[in-house]
Amino acid sequence: MGLFNGGNIALTDIPVLTSDEFRGEVVRHCQSGDRLVNLFGSSDGPQGVRLFAVLGLEDEGGLLVLSTRVLAGSPSYRSITRDLPAAHLFEREIAEQWAILPEGHPWLKPVRYHVNYRGVADIWPEIERRSIPGVYPFYAMDGDEVHEVGVGPVHAGIIEPGHFRFQCHGENILHLEIQLGYQHRGIEPMLCGRDLKRGVLLSESIAGDTSIGHSLAFCEVVESLAGVMVPPRAQAIRVAALELERLVNHVGDLGALGMDAGFLPTSAYFGRMRGDYLNLLLALTGNRFGKGLCRPGGVVFDMDAGMVDEFCYKLKCYKKEFDDVSGLLFSRPSVLARFEGVGVIAMEEAKILGLVGPVARASQLEQDVRIEYSSGMWQYYHIPISLSATGDVLARALVRRQEVLRSIEFLLKILPGLPKGPVSAPVGPMKADSFAVSMVEGWRGEIMHVGITDDQGSFTRYKVKDPSFHNWFGLAQAMRGQEISDFPLCNKSFNLSYCGHDL
Amino acid sequence: MILSIFFHWFFVCLTAPFFLGVIGRVKAFASGKVGPPLLQPYFDLGKLFRKRSIYSRNMTWVFRLAPAVTFAAMLAVSLLVPFGALKAPVQFEGDILLIVGVLALSRFFMIAAAMDTGFSMEGMGASREAFFACLSEVALFMNFITLALLAHSLSLSRMLGADSPVSWNLLGPALLLVVASFFIVFLAENCRIPIDDPDTHLELTMIHEVMLLEHGGVDLAYMFYAAAVKFFIFAAILVPIILPVQTEYLCVRMMSFLGGMLGLSVLVGIVESSMARIRLDRVRNLLLISFALAFFGLIVALWRG
Repeated sequence: MGLFNGGNIALTDIPVLTSDEFRGEVVRHCQSGDRLVNLFGSSDGPQGVRLFAVLGLEDEGGLLVLSTRVLAGSPSYRSITRDLPAAHLFEREIAEQWAILPEGHPWLKPVRYHVNYRGVADIWPEIERRSIPGVYPFYAMDGDEVHEVGVGPVHAGIIEPGHFRFQCHGENILHLEIQLGYQHRGIEPMLCGRDLKRGVLLSESIAGDTSIGHSLAFCEVVESLAGVMVPPRAQAIRVAALELERLVNHVGDLGALGMDAGFLPTSAYFGRMRGDYLNLLLALTGNRFGKGLCRPGGVVFDMDAGMVDEFCYKLKCYKKEFDDVSGLLFSRPSVLARFEGVGVIAMEEAKILGLVGPVARASQLEQDVRIEYSSGMWQYYHIPISLSATGDVLARALVRRQEVLRSIEFLLKILPGLPKGPVSAPVGPMKADSFAVSMVEGWRGEIMHVGITDDQGSFTRYKVKDPSFHNWFGLAQAMRGQEISDFPLCNKSFNLSYCGHDL
Repeated sequence: MILSIFFHWFFVCLTAPFFLGVIGRVKAFASGKVGPPLLQPYFDLGKLFRKRSIYSRNMTWVFRLAPAVTFAAMLAVSLLVPFGALKAPVQFEGDILLIVGVLALSRFFMIAAAMDTGFSMEGMGASREAFFACLSEVALFMNFITLALLAHSLSLSRMLGADSPVSWNLLGPALLLVVASFFIVFLAENCRIPIDDPDTHLELTMIHEVMLLEHGGVDLAYMFYAAAVKFFIFAAILVPIILPVQTEYLCVRMMSFLGGMLGLSVLVGIVESSMARIRLDRVRNLLLISFALAFFGLIVALWRG
């Protein structure tokens, strides 16, 4: 059953296939160019679990939802991963959340180490008492010359926890295994119910650096189910905030890339410029990370004419500064020598792994929610897609530079012509027994939220997918055959979210 | 004799950390920051000397001995190096061999201590250090041989002293190659960009710093101090080659020496602010370039001499 970004359908309209049909359909679509956007389970009452697959249709700009039932009596189905590697992490998540065994999954291990939602026996006994990474058997290699390096979960520097296990031969990485889950907070169950005031606050803290992206996705799910027409002015302000968030993080990333390559000047300059964009967000929302702006129905804060003029003036200055500093970064032979050819992901590989966001665009995959699944303001103002072909650290840096410039141009285009009118609309009760999706191109890539309501119109299942969920495996693949000393640089070029993955 | 030894040590211990402070200031200036005070390395050392060292149960006496050996080795080497008007208290024919040998001893203990921790990343740093040391020592030796040929002596003091026959007028081309080669060795031995990054927090990319991760307190202070003295010693060998001031006025010689040291520190800071680190697998190329330059310096010296 098809629907568009920000749309909803009745649960009964979603076709229920047999497990083999489901698997066949998903694989057939993905082999003909469509993309697995989401795959998750939802409680189907005492009978068992209903699995939903959301596929992105390549040519129509729409989404296709398929489902199948897994009965409580025989909680297993044939794994899709063997035919569709992009489903690998999704199936592990389903196995953990619903205690359903994907038979024949090539690499079944826990994702976040929590007990399942059904309250039955877990696939991994005593999972909640295991320490992460604890007793888990890591992929190991034999040989006199192979050595193992474990990094984390506590890292040097102020970053999030995650465990990285390298199998190395001298300085070369043969294999990298990434084990996350340290920050699991149980966001998805907490978002269920009908307390939208609490829900939107929770959604802002799914990943602290993507508050606007995730809160926007949450609001769009609610608005879709409540049938709210968001006023155009609110839509424009939301989009402006989303682009500011992109600017903050891309500029910060470029600085961090310079620092990890040992090139100090640009890291200091970009670090200061990141502060400029944070201050714009502060002026708009009262919070440097954009918390408290998006609420179901619209936005909380309006922009007056003075603020618009100030933003435009400042953005013009910032654009020139950005041009100068990024010119310095990308003109240094020593910097380019560090960036080029490191952590290459070929286009075909990126497609198989199902990568999203700037990482996918750096491998020349044309993937951008703002263009492919445009909704709201994006339907009226187009932003060009930023691609790069080489798939290495340099390509990921160049995509970020291009996106910064285009976001500034985009903001300069929409801000002077903000639509008139109110900035929020009242939100009524949500539709019962429905399935709503929303997609937002956050700065890391495609964010997807899915809300499923019960007969009372409150959420029985809320599914959050951060782009990092797709891309962590890409990082592990990109490191194969690379030097271990290049890992920090390559990691920074992905800059994935730990808590977005751990939820 | 004894007095001059102690005065030499006093001088090197007092001044060595200052030049690291200069580098820090230059780097901060290039990034548009104010940066730490010039005396920050002294403050850091003072802080560390007031702290206690911590050891894990797996560590043996090797780990505890290494900081003392490293620091003592640097002090020993400093006795063989003249500092401007200060003559080297110990000098004899063939002392360059002793210099390289004692430097190797300190490195051996540093590597052994890193292996002793049993920490996979320290082992990685140790293997990098050992590999790059093989290459940089060859280049260092080649430079010493060239200088020895030019000065007709195997004593470092004779090669660098005010009475040295080495001068730019006569031997310019060979000296130019030696200076270029020695500068690369200087950067490599002192773990500066583009070979190593002393400011990074990323253990996986470190060479020298990763071997110090488990050291703390007084031990770490000794390691830092040894690194500062090593920087001073290498700069003190390079400066008189670049600025062979031949005058009887001790004051002028001292001023030109200290000025040269300051200039070299600023130059290191500029190098660090103007380029990124090279990839680890290309470090060997850089060190081989250093060796090749030294080798051609030797050929030119032989051809002239």
